[in-house]
Amino acid sequence: MSPVRALWKAMSAQRAELALAAFVGFLASASAIALLGTSAWLISRAAEMPPVLTLSVAAVMVRAFALGRAVFRYLERLLGHDAAFRGLSQLRVSLYESLEAITPNGLARFTRGDLISRLGADVDTAVDLPLRIVLPWAQAALVSIGTVAFLIWLLPTAGVVIGVVVLLALTVMPWLIGRTAANAEARLAPGKAALANAALTSLSASPDLLVLGADQRALAALHERDQSVTALGRRESVALGLSGGTGTLFQGFAVVAALVIAIPAVSDGRLPSVMLAVAALLPLALFDVLQTLPGSALAFHRLQGAAARLAEIHEASATEAASGSKRPGEFTGLVVDDVHARWSGAEVDALAGVSLSIAPGERIAIVGPSGSGKSTLATVLMGFLDYEGSARTCGGEIRRFDGDDLRERIGLMAQSSHVFDTTIAANLRLGRLESSDPEVWAALEEAQLADWVRSLPLGLETEVGSFGTRLSGGQQQRLALARLLLADRDLVILDEPTEHLDAQTAEQLDLTLLAATSRRTAIVITHRLTGLESADRIYVLERGCVIEHGTHADLMHADGWYAANRRRQDDQRSMAELISGLPAGIGVPVPPLARG
Amino acid sequence: MRPLDPRLMRYARSTRGFLIAAVLLGVVTALLVILQARALSSVIVDVTANGLGFSEVRGLVIAVAALLAARAALAWLTEIAAFRSSAAVKEELRTAALAHALALGPQGPAGTDPAGVTTLVTRGVDALDAYFSRYLPQLMLAVIVPITVLLTMLGQDILSTVIVAITIPLIPLFMILIGMYTKSRVDRQWKTLAVLSGHFLDLVAGLPTLKIFGRAKSQAEAIAAVGDRYRMSTMGVLRVSFLSSLALELLATLSVALVAVSVGLRLAEGQIAFGVALFVLLLAPEAYLPIRLVGQHFHAAAEGLGAAERIFAILETPLPTSGTAPMPAGAVTIEVDHLGHTYAGSDDPALAPTSFTVAPGSITALVGLSGGGKSTLLNVLLGFLTPTTGDVRVSGGSLADIRTEDWRASIGWVPQSPVLVAADLTDNPTIAQVVRLGAPEVTDVKIRMALADAGIGEEIAALPLGIETTLNADGTGLSRGQQQRIAIARALVRSPRVLLLDEPSAALDTDSEDAVVTAVRNAAVRGCTVIVVAHRPALVEIADQVVRVGAEIHA
Repeated sequence: MSPVRALWKAMSAQRAELALAAFVGFLASASAIALLGTSAWLISRAAEMPPVLTLSVAAVMVRAFALGRAVFRYLERLLGHDAAFRGLSQLRVSLYESLEAITPNGLARFTRGDLISRLGADVDTAVDLPLRIVLPWAQAALVSIGTVAFLIWLLPTAGVVIGVVVLLALTVMPWLIGRTAANAEARLAPGKAALANAALTSLSASPDLLVLGADQRALAALHERDQSVTALGRRESVALGLSGGTGTLFQGFAVVAALVIAIPAVSDGRLPSVMLAVAALLPLALFDVLQTLPGSALAFHRLQGAAARLAEIHEASATEAASGSKRPGEFTGLVVDDVHARWSGAEVDALAGVSLSIAPGERIAIVGPSGSGKSTLATVLMGFLDYEGSARTCGGEIRRFDGDDLRERIGLMAQSSHVFDTTIAANLRLGRLESSDPEVWAALEEAQLADWVRSLPLGLETEVGSFGTRLSGGQQQRLALARLLLADRDLVILDEPTEHLDAQTAEQLDLTLLAATSRRTAIVITHRLTGLESADRIYVLERGCVIEHGTHADLMHADGWYAANRRRQDDQRSMAELISGLPAGIGVPVPPLARG
Repeated sequence: MRPLDPRLMRYARSTRGFLIAAVLLGVVTALLVILQARALSSVIVDVTANGLGFSEVRGLVIAVAALLAARAALAWLTEIAAFRSSAAVKEELRTAALAHALALGPQGPAGTDPAGVTTLVTRGVDALDAYFSRYLPQLMLAVIVPITVLLTMLGQDILSTVIVAITIPLIPLFMILIGMYTKSRVDRQWKTLAVLSGHFLDLVAGLPTLKIFGRAKSQAEAIAAVGDRYRMSTMGVLRVSFLSSLALELLATLSVALVAVSVGLRLAEGQIAFGVALFVLLLAPEAYLPIRLVGQHFHAAAEGLGAAERIFAILETPLPTSGTAPMPAGAVTIEVDHLGHTYAGSDDPALAPTSFTVAPGSITALVGLSGGGKSTLLNVLLGFLTPTTGDVRVSGGSLADIRTEDWRASIGWVPQSPVLVAADLTDNPTIAQVVRLGAPEVTDVKIRMALADAGIGEEIAALPLGIETTLNADGTGLSRGQQQRIAIARALVRSPRVLLLDEPSAALDTDSEDAVVTAVRNAAVRGCTVIVVAHRPALVEIADQVVRVGAEIHA
């Protein structure tokens, strides 16, 4: 199915309303044509100087068609927009459902910016499909059939010939315009892309270029690309301008054909002479109505890109583990035995035989270099990624459980948790809808966010802003922690929740996290090795395998990866100590540094 | 944005030739339409009333055909002129915006959102097509064409001319009245629209979180409900704002109907000629058409006007000022004297007052917590930011008095995240091109020496293509440490008298860290005045003095 047809399917719940809009639009266009036709007849008949009374019906009709044209057009626009907005709403829901099905793993194929432009600009473009493409075409087709039928009744040969011209205008013209526009744009695209690339490069490198005195040379390079795009654009204007003249050309064919056929017909009496003006002017009026089609063809051409991008969302197949249906039992710990897992499309396993265990009340840490499989393990344990081997909890294999049920037992706090554009209270109750105010405050206390929320004039009812913009990074993560605590899961997984925070904030949040998980069953995934003395066990992951495990003391004694990196991170601490010992704002000799 | 913004008009001047051409083409088209109406009505009258056969009116039919063909050709030419007229303006506006955004440096919009500025100067500027090539010419045609048509009608039938002449001015009047009434409601509607698409994007962005808490599926209904609310409130506004086009259409069609009926009845009583009546009927709609097109084209131009507003916001941001004095010769002593900065609109200083002096050949390490003001201090030293208090003196003279260009020419700078580009912005620059960025004239020998000084000479010499090896666009293929060392070579190849280095906050591999330390120390030995922002102990240890940047800690 072509992307545009798929889009049409995804947004056409209101077919009846749209059909009505098309019909009303047809009445508007038909009124416009009838206005000129009746006026032409009125004047031709008047020229024969009949009693004025014989003209009164036509005079009333002329005024009625004038009124009808404006009023029907107004109604068509209202009906059409209403149907289009309903379709748009339906499209959003279906896109959301497609995305929901591939969350979280399938989302990775779309970058954030890409997704925003697809769901924003592309969805907005989709409104063109009912409004600028389907409606104009439907009424153009209806009004063409009506006019040509009338002409055939009036003068069969003229009707047939004009019908052929109209048919060509309805098919060849849009095809030609769409094709030349597509070709011209394809020729322009590489130059435009090169210009955009160079602009982005130069703007991203603006400090480098300015300090190294290369800014003027870079601007000259940009200008050169700009000029070549402009020059190419000038050449392509000949092709792009084609849409301007074709409509008039077809109009010319139809009008001249009408004259050439109708004039001899008047001479030999096949056509009453008062009808000549009607036969000649109807094609003129019809093509005035059809003038919207070139614009509609260009809109169709523009829509194709957006439709293809939206279709990719609909078609994105889930890499998600097929969810089982079993209901999890009581949480009695977690045993992972020789688990292998691979992301779809990857060449190697992200987890290549991981074994670990956690009993209720225990807290274990998973450390290792980035890309070693730490987050993959969290994804598997949340039931988001299929695996081989065994991962048992709550009396069964993780892959056998219904995903949503499993996640009522196991909770996750990721590197960046989303804060929704609503109140603090609503964000927290996402964890558990029915929680009471005292429970909410208790969770905030544990996340050490309660004092701050109390200091706000609106307290729990404070709006956090879109993407939590009114919250600092640390506050966002504390809010997410409170939400997770409120959800009260049997096992919580913390996947580097301090990753995107600055060092000082991260250190403070680490302390909160350690305190909050001390009475809970928790898996702490981190690349910061400080404060792990209190973990029951530490597992070091490298290339998807556990290379070391044991307590902090065991691992320091073993003097492997953990010990080496722990010492390196302690260097950072000596730096922090150095800073805190210095006076601010003046130069002093370098004091001796305590290095690990 | 106003439809006729003087700032845009300034740019419109550069395309005056094409604008005049577009208007001329429009006027000629209107004349052709009038001639066509004349020819068409003559043919019909000759055959219907005078009983002439096809052979006798063949000339007129050919004339109609020729006029229609000429109109088609003119329409094509008009489109071509339209595309060309905007090309020159767009290029000019784009060049100006890019130059200004680049000159504003990291403190300007390019620093916070380079991708956004790129979209603005490419697609945003393209959206101005409709404004320059259609809206502006149509605005002039909307005055010229109706007057031309009216004058033609006046020569035929006074009563019809009066009907049209009275109704035409009512159209803009109604549009303004209804527009004024709907404006506030439309503005409010735009906000609802932003809320709607914000709500949708918010839910999609939060999908992983919703799924973790088992709330993802139930949100589809919320999306439908919000969409429905939006639709109903939008339709409420559209019912009113479509009234302006209803009024316009009603005026235009009803007055054409009035003209038709009036000439028809007078024709029946023999007061006017058949040919005149038909001619006037065909002319009347042409008087309204240009005004209706103005409304359509303005609608299409609105997007471009929004982009233009944001481009002018960039162009109107003042550039950092530059002094005029030349850079003092010889070794450089830098005195930072009670230097502080507070951004407009903020209560807390971004940089608390800081003082220190760096002698030639000495190394000063800046340390402090992130957000403490280290980058603000560097931005002042690099000439990107004018401080609100205090002063920087360079060998006795104020930095503010020295020509920024000359000062920058004497410093070597290694940013925390260097962008390795060639001056011609090619997608895949070679290592030699990248190192040559700040010194276009240097020889390959000097480039190899600088790479060796930066501790990466041997690694690059070992590559099959050496310094002619191409880098990927985003620097991938090199480790952060290698990128850092190439950036050091890029700074050293200019034989700087001052070296400013911002150490990456993430740890580099040990080889790279050692190389950075050695390069910094050697630069000082050669007499460079060195300031480094240090995140790790190794760089602090080789410094002669250390400065903590940031306010006193209130523990």
